[in-house]
Amino acid sequence: MNISTRQFENAAIVDVTGDITLYNTPEVRKTLLDLLKEKRVKRVIVNLEKVKYIDSAGVASLVEGLKLSRDLKSGFALYGLSKTTREVLELTRLLKVFEVYDNEEEALSAIPGGAGGAK
Amino acid sequence: MPAQPISKENTSGKSADIAISVRNLRVRYGTREILHGVNFEVPAGETLVIMGGSGCGKSTLLRTLVGLEHPSEGEIWIQGKNFAGMSGTQRDDLRKKMGMSFQSGALFGSMTVGENVALPLREHTPLDESTIDIVVRLKLDQVGLSGFENYMPAQLSGGMKKRAAIARALAMDPEILFFDEPSAGLDPIIAAGLDELILKLKKAFRITIVVVTHELASAFLIADRMILLDKGVVAAKGTPEELRQNTGPRVRQFLDRVPEPEMAAEIDYLQMLTGENPPQRR
Ligand SMILES: Nc1ncnc2c1ncn2[C@@H]1O[C@H](COP(=O)(O)OP(=O)(O)OP(=O)(O)O)[C@@H](O)[C@H]1O
Ligand SMILES: [Mg+2]
Repeated sequence: MNISTRQFENAAIVDVTGDITLYNTPEVRKTLLDLLKEKRVKRVIVNLEKVKYIDSAGVASLVEGLKLSRDLKSGFALYGLSKTTREVLELTRLLKVFEVYDNEEEALSAIPGGAGGAK
Repeated sequence: MPAQPISKENTSGKSADIAISVRNLRVRYGTREILHGVNFEVPAGETLVIMGGSGCGKSTLLRTLVGLEHPSEGEIWIQGKNFAGMSGTQRDDLRKKMGMSFQSGALFGSMTVGENVALPLREHTPLDESTIDIVVRLKLDQVGLSGFENYMPAQLSGGMKKRAAIARALAMDPEILFFDEPSAGLDPIIAAGLDELILKLKKAFRITIVVVTHELASAFLIADRMILLDKGVVAAKGTPEELRQNTGPRVRQFLDRVPEPEMAAEIDYLQMLTGENPPQRR
């Protein structure tokens, strides 16, 4: 798995490549918490286009990011979910908890805190 | 750290699409052989039900499949890899892909339900405590035990204990799950709930599942394939439909619930009572 960050004016996009699993998700968690807590990024967007599979621990790290963003009143969104990722989020009853977009453009142009994909 | 997916290795025709392949498996305790050459396969994503009379070696077979007993002969292939013939660390890696819920439930009584579920994650992964807490709640939610993480096992009913044990078996997102009599001793409604949970796990996560059960209704509901163990060998195997059609006397006796005939004729009762040369049942 690879993880890198792109800074935009009011948001940061976290690009993840590869499977997110028990063994590497601490790195994802660290990146998300760092952006939200230390760098005080107003809106963190996770690009999952290149993630084929995410396990429960990976999902848990995203949940941590979401929780922290709520505490800090920042935004947190996901986009580019693969079929499997979508299924995993559905099974854990989290698909509707996250703000989910189809692509980068939508995720960036959505009004932070607005209805977005999280209906 | 890179993930370590099981490679789709294909050695001598043992494809990774076959989750489990057991060849001529023999297992003994001391000098007493319990399994005398067992053969079967489980395709990935399917559910195998193992049936058979009490003491015929079902739990022994499961324990051998997860590496807790060692075969005296034969092979066990897991996801295309020779499990029984592996070195320690390779075996440990493969074992992390397997979850087991034991016949006795076996939660640690001195730990809360949440700590029980967290245990494999604490022992085998680099996850932070806050992540583990969330995984624990996700798993308890999946087995219908949301909100029970701070209960002690003694405060749970039998069915809840079983489900907590299943949550623990699910903690590491296993690809293969083993259940030893998940519904034994539970009321029919809770047992049916467990069947549904097993079906859901299979459908949703495409987990390969091996279940030992005495409950025929449950067996026929959840199985893609079944095997009937008898006297340490596979007496019959096939789809539920094939077993229903099977006319073999042992199969019929088992499925139609015919009681065992008197054993006394087969063994020397006096010898047994006096402890002289105890007869070996095979
Ligand atoms: N640790 C052990 N040491 C010695 N013998 C054992 C051990 N475990 C099981 N056995 C013996 O192996 C045989 C098979 O036991 P096993 O527990 O596998 O049966 P089972 O089919 O699971 O029975 P049940 O349906 O009652 O659970 C039994 O005769 C038992 O006495
Ligand atoms: Mg048993």
